[in-house]
Amino acid sequence: MSEEYADEAPLVRPYALTGGRTRAIGSDFPIEAVIETTLAGRAGKGELAHESKAIVELCVSPTTLIEISSKLTVPIGVVRVLIGDLAEGGQVRVHHGEQGSSRPDVSLLERVLDGIRAL
Amino acid sequence: MASVLSEVTGEVVPLAVKIVVAGGFSVGKTTFVKSISEIAPVTTEAPMTMASVGVDDRALTPGKTTTTVAMDFGRIALAEDLLLYLFGTPGQDRFWFMWDDLVRGAIGAVVLLDTRRIEDCFPAIDWFESRGVPFVVAINRFDGKLPHDTNEVREALGIPEHVPIIETDAREKEEVKMALVSLVGHCLAVA
Ligand SMILES: Nc1nc2c(ncn2[C@@H]2O[C@H](COP(=O)(O)OP(=O)(O)OP(=O)(O)O)[C@@H](O)[C@H]2O)c(=O)[nH]1
Ligand SMILES: [Mg+2]
Repeated sequence: MSEEYADEAPLVRPYALTGGRTRAIGSDFPIEAVIETTLAGRAGKGELAHESKAIVELCVSPTTLIEISSKLTVPIGVVRVLIGDLAEGGQVRVHHGEQGSSRPDVSLLERVLDGIRAL
Repeated sequence: MASVLSEVTGEVVPLAVKIVVAGGFSVGKTTFVKSISEIAPVTTEAPMTMASVGVDDRALTPGKTTTTVAMDFGRIALAEDLLLYLFGTPGQDRFWFMWDDLVRGAIGAVVLLDTRRIEDCFPAIDWFESRGVPFVVAINRFDGKLPHDTNEVREALGIPEHVPIIETDAREKEEVKMALVSLVGHCLAVA
C-alpha cells in the first residue's frame, strides 16, 4: 500500500461499514471483477455513505474489485459487501467472466496468448 | 467480441483475467510481476476482513477483525477490452486462505523455483495439483547459472511429462513474457 493511500485511510472498524455483515447475497465476485458506476449511481451518490460514495466516484472509470480495495484501503471482503448493495440498488454494475471456479474458455485463452505475445 | 460500454463515460468496460505467480520465499515473485506490469506493482498489504475469508474463530485473536495480507498485483492491458492481472501469492503460510480467492477463475499459475531450494515450491504445487489448477514450473535462474537439468527437477517434483518446466529470469521482461506464453499455451493444451 502506498503512503499516499495509507495516510488517507479512515480509521473505521471495517464491519461498521457493512452493518456487521460479512457477506451480501450474490456479492461473491472474483477479485478481478470490473465495477462500473451507472448513471443512476452517479446521480444519487450524494445520499451514499462515505465508502460507498467513494466506490461510486472511483468506478465512473470502470475499476476492478482488487484495485478498489487497494485504492480506498478498504478490505476486499468489505468492498464485496458494499458493491453487492450498490449493485442491488442499481448504482453500479458488476462485470466478470466465468462464474465460480471455472476457467477462461479456449477463445479467451487464445486472445490472452495473442495479447501476451504482442507485448 | 462485442464490447461493453460504460453507461456514464462510454468507455470500454474491460474484461479482466488473472494469472497467479507462486513459489517459495524470496524466489522472485515480486520481481517477476514487476518486470512485465504496466503499473508499479502494488505490493499491497491488502487488508482483509477475517470473516470474509472464513476465519471465524475470533477467539484466536480477540478484537481483531482485519488482517493484512502481503500480496503483489500487477496489471497489463492486453487489448482495449482485456486486462491481465498477475497476482503474487502471499508468502507466509498463515495466508493460505487467500489462495482460494486468488486462484478462483484464474487462467493458471506460474510456480517459480530456485534450484537451491527446490522443496520450497512443494506446497504450491501440491495446492495447484489438488485443485486442478493448470501450472507451469519456471526455474528462476539466479546469477546466470548454467542451464539446469530439467529432468532432474521433474523427478524431484514428481510432476507429469506434459507439465512444462522452463527456465526464466524474473528480471527480464522478455523472459517473463515467454513464461506466461508457456503457461497459457499449456492451459490451451489441457483445456
Ligand atoms: N540474480 C537474480 N536475482 C533475482 C532474480 N529474481 C529475483 N531476484 C532477486 O531476489 C530477491 C528476491 O526477489 P523477490 O522478487 O522479492 O522475491 P519474492 O518471491 O517476491 O519474495 P517474498 O515475497 O519475500 O517471498 C530480490 O533481491 C531480487 O532482486 C533473478 O532472476 N536473478
Ligand atoms: Mg514478494
